[in-house]
Amino acid sequence: MSSLSARQDRIRAFTLLSPAYLWLTVAVFLPLSAMVFFSFLSDVPFGDREWHGTLENYQEFFQTSTYATLLWKSLKLGLMVTGISVLIGFPCAYVLAKVIKGRSREALFLLVILPFWSNSLVRIFSWAIVLRGNGVLDFAANAVLPWDVRINLMFSPTAIVIGLVHSYLPYVILTSYLALQAIDDSLIEAARSLGAKRRTILTRLILPLAAPGILAGAVLIFVPVVGSFMEPRLLGGRRGTYYGTVIEDQFVAVFNWPLGAALSFILLAVVLVILGAFSPILRRART
Amino acid sequence: MSNRLLAHLGKAYLGLILFFLYAPILVMAAMSFNASEFYQLPFSFSTEWYERLWKNDEILEAAWRSVWIAVVVTVIATSLGTAASIALFRYEFPGKTVLQLLLFPPIAIPWLITGTAMLIFFFGIGLDRGTPAVIIGHAALALPYVIVVVTARLATFDRTLEEAARSLGASAWKVTMAVTVPWILPGIIAGGLFAFAVSFDQFVVSYFLSEPGDSTLPVLIYTSIRKGFTPEINAVSTIIIAVSMGIMLLAARYSNFGGEQ
Repeated sequence: MSSLSARQDRIRAFTLLSPAYLWLTVAVFLPLSAMVFFSFLSDVPFGDREWHGTLENYQEFFQTSTYATLLWKSLKLGLMVTGISVLIGFPCAYVLAKVIKGRSREALFLLVILPFWSNSLVRIFSWAIVLRGNGVLDFAANAVLPWDVRINLMFSPTAIVIGLVHSYLPYVILTSYLALQAIDDSLIEAARSLGAKRRTILTRLILPLAAPGILAGAVLIFVPVVGSFMEPRLLGGRRGTYYGTVIEDQFVAVFNWPLGAALSFILLAVVLVILGAFSPILRRART
Repeated sequence: MSNRLLAHLGKAYLGLILFFLYAPILVMAAMSFNASEFYQLPFSFSTEWYERLWKNDEILEAAWRSVWIAVVVTVIATSLGTAASIALFRYEFPGKTVLQLLLFPPIAIPWLITGTAMLIFFFGIGLDRGTPAVIIGHAALALPYVIVVVTARLATFDRTLEEAARSLGASAWKVTMAVTVPWILPGIIAGGLFAFAVSFDQFVVSYFLSEPGDSTLPVLIYTSIRKGFTPEINAVSTIIIAVSMGIMLLAARYSNFGGEQ
């Protein structure tokens, strides 16, 4: 009787789960496998094109320094955006979690998170409007300062960093906030009553307890920034060539799909190593 | 420094962050009401760009396509996702942890990689680029979000209610529809709104999967920005951001996202 119902349960579970997982297989897992396959081809296997298996695409990455340099450039961009976001975001999360009390906290938190869930392309475009020369920044500066100022940050690395920090800052605020909220206020109270200084409380109590949340936020920012291409394109112009934009080019401009697939797969490997290394922390931060 | 002073400083800092987050969006919105085509200041009010938008068939068509694709994606992702969440909640079976872990690649892998992989695969199987490919891709990206949100709601559900209904003779299907689904409905609605937002705001995957001349609104905006744009793009962007923020506010009402854990 019990084995019969267990079998029935299994059939029911299978029926409920298979549509979703079939969909994910067709749309995500098979494509990722296809990408790996393509990265070992000499040409796309469509129509009557000649193709054979090759390691050329990977050789191109390791033999010419171009792609490795760009990957390194993208990794540095990722580190910079992540570092700035953590430095700006953690204090903000702290104020939300520990300074502001009552109902206004929930509303303010929502206000911080809301832009993150709105259209990222549009938000990058809004920076293009703000940062362009002869624009709002010039106008504001000249209204305040007596001498003539020209500010044109558009199409510079600074513009790319500003846009990316704006895009991903809410991530680290969210994860730090959740970690900080889990710290019992009475713990801080106890440390204070025992005579601990503010700095001691911060470095010995709050930061260690919030570290998993901060790290989770950092990983969640770092990974997409390394793979970004739209932000460098729109805010960096000609100087916005990064690893992501080169991959984009292989698919929409140069049409060298096997090389693009190899470059994508190398990026995927880097991303998976990072996610794997931090997965214990990420899992802890989620619960 | 006194505690009160520190608290005030903290609040001022929070205000600064909010300014950083919202100022560019507000500037962009304001510029959509500025008469100058070249974004010249001082500001002079005009609704010309919105009027032009209304007559721009290319933008209207892309907007309409974006909306109906998002609706189709919402229906698919919400129904498949809810079914999977209920199964993951109700049954114990071998390989369950693996299935739960498999939800993370679509969220965690950069969309550039997923998008180009989808392009290769859909091209390879002869589906090609175009709206069906976009829908399949969007729904896969939205599914994990729906499952996460609905699962969070299911965690508050009392299993004994299902057992009670079952012992009174209700079939498994009836238990699901009459007991479980009504309880988790707020979660399903929130998950659906997330799915709509994921699709409606999606740029990267649409960019690789949509056919030129048959693109969604974000893709059209991207190509227009690169060609050199006018405040018309500000106008349509302002509408998009108002819609997506409105949807997320609604989602926040139906889930505990943003609230206490």
